Amino acid sequence: MMTAILRRKMTNGLMMLAMLAATVTVLVPLGLIFFYILKMGFSSINLDLFTQIPKPPGEVGGGMANGIIGSGLLIGVASLIGLPLGIFGAVYLSEYGTSRISTMIRFSADVLSGVPSIITGMVVYGLVVVPMKGFSALAGSLALALIMIPIVLRTTEEQLKMVPMTLREASLALGVPLWRTTLKVTLKSALKGIVTGVLLAVARVAGETAPLLFTALGNMFWSHKLNEPIAALPLQIFNFAISPYDDWHRLAWGGALVLVTLMFSLSLLARWFGRAR
Amino acid sequence: MSEVTMDAKITLEQLNVHFGTNHAVKDVTMTMATNSVSAIIGPSGCGKSTVLRSINRMHDLTPSARVSGAILLDGENIYCKECDPVTMRRRVGMVFQKPNPFPAMSIYDNVVAGYKLNGRARRSEMDGIVEQSLQRVSLWDEVKDRLHVNAMQLSGGQQQRLCIARTIAVCPEVILMDEPCSALDPISTLKVEELIDELKEKYTIVIVTHNMQQAARVSDTTAFFYLGELIEMGDTKKIFTNPEKKQTEDYITGRFG
Repeated sequence: MMTAILRRKMTNGLMMLAMLAATVTVLVPLGLIFFYILKMGFSSINLDLFTQIPKPPGEVGGGMANGIIGSGLLIGVASLIGLPLGIFGAVYLSEYGTSRISTMIRFSADVLSGVPSIITGMVVYGLVVVPMKGFSALAGSLALALIMIPIVLRTTEEQLKMVPMTLREASLALGVPLWRTTLKVTLKSALKGIVTGVLLAVARVAGETAPLLFTALGNMFWSHKLNEPIAALPLQIFNFAISPYDDWHRLAWGGALVLVTLMFSLSLLARWFGRAR
Repeated sequence: MSEVTMDAKITLEQLNVHFGTNHAVKDVTMTMATNSVSAIIGPSGCGKSTVLRSINRMHDLTPSARVSGAILLDGENIYCKECDPVTMRRRVGMVFQKPNPFPAMSIYDNVVAGYKLNGRARRSEMDGIVEQSLQRVSLWDEVKDRLHVNAMQLSGGQQQRLCIARTIAVCPEVILMDEPCSALDPISTLKVEELIDELKEKYTIVIVTHNMQQAARVSDTTAFFYLGELIEMGDTKKIFTNPEKKQTEDYITGRFG
């Protein structure tokens, strides 16, 4: 009798230990990434990083301001294209779609979100960069938008499906048309979750490098034109990190720290939105 | 006046409802008189809610649902091709089984939701409509000091009366009630029943209920459904004391269902 209990307690203890070990193992790499980037990048954080453009190779100093602005522009334009498409598509799937077409769209979106981002970049290269005869910010934004659309579509659809049917019925029974019901009752009730999904999608594309390689290309100057190559923070980190210059390496670490902090903040903001009220 | 009250407000003609391959309502033909309370009773799954929901085209939202036959509202078929379900639903309001106030809105906004959601809310008229509607459902005294708190803070019974207030605020002609008291305690149930009695002066009411005593208390006519078919319809007193069909008698005396 005693031994049975003892054995059960020992098994319990061992399994708890194994699960704890697994959890810690998962968290260690995350901690290492943060710690290492903080250690290497912190010394590069200064006003210049946010206000100066890169200096020519060999010269000391300069910053990544054009990359930060460029990333902002790329993400902004990508959101302008991707968010309405994703959200409208989700409304169609959840509120209007007939079952067979919906299944096809849903499947396509899942496939699209599984496409490696470098492939997305290559496709946009073929469809936009080649015909336009040049790399451009617009091409970069399109590539990012293509990555955003399936994420936004699926998260928004999930949120809309969670709105109880009885609320839609209550509104319809008052003689409110379906489109007004969708806008003022269904979308409004799901707004919190939709915003969370949008923030996570933005965080996801903010760090994308591969789709920008053949589209936005990157440059070393101030640039804000949509039809010209534009700098982006992840691209600059990539280019500087593989360069042979120590000062560019330093800048790359600084840029990495800025990027990680940005994504961390977006995730926190998304969580806060998900919880508030 | 008595002739007017005998007018048919709603007529179902050969109504059939399918959900996919499931034939839920079979060839139902019946009439509900103006300013009367008609009760629909029957065991679970007999199609009574399905019939009720056809009267304001709530099945439009269900892709698998197919409605055939006709439902006449003041003699006009609401299922005809050129008929607009939205304008029809402004005439045929509905109260649901579970109280479903809009959770993000205040009590005040819930009452005038029909106006606000349609973008037709005129501030000067709203105050009057809110007070009147809440008075009608005897909720005014209970909530007049907290009209702008969230509607979810009310009790279940108060929420259901709020939903009725919301329905009558847009001045419908017909009110459909789908087991409106099944989620309520006995005192709230009594209040809603008293309310139904008052409302029938102005509205035509169709109520689906599980509770046979309730049907006997509130309705003028009663229809008994079984397995998607209308077994018997008639004067409530007659249905409960001297039904013509054996199935009806078995059900109301509790032998099945």
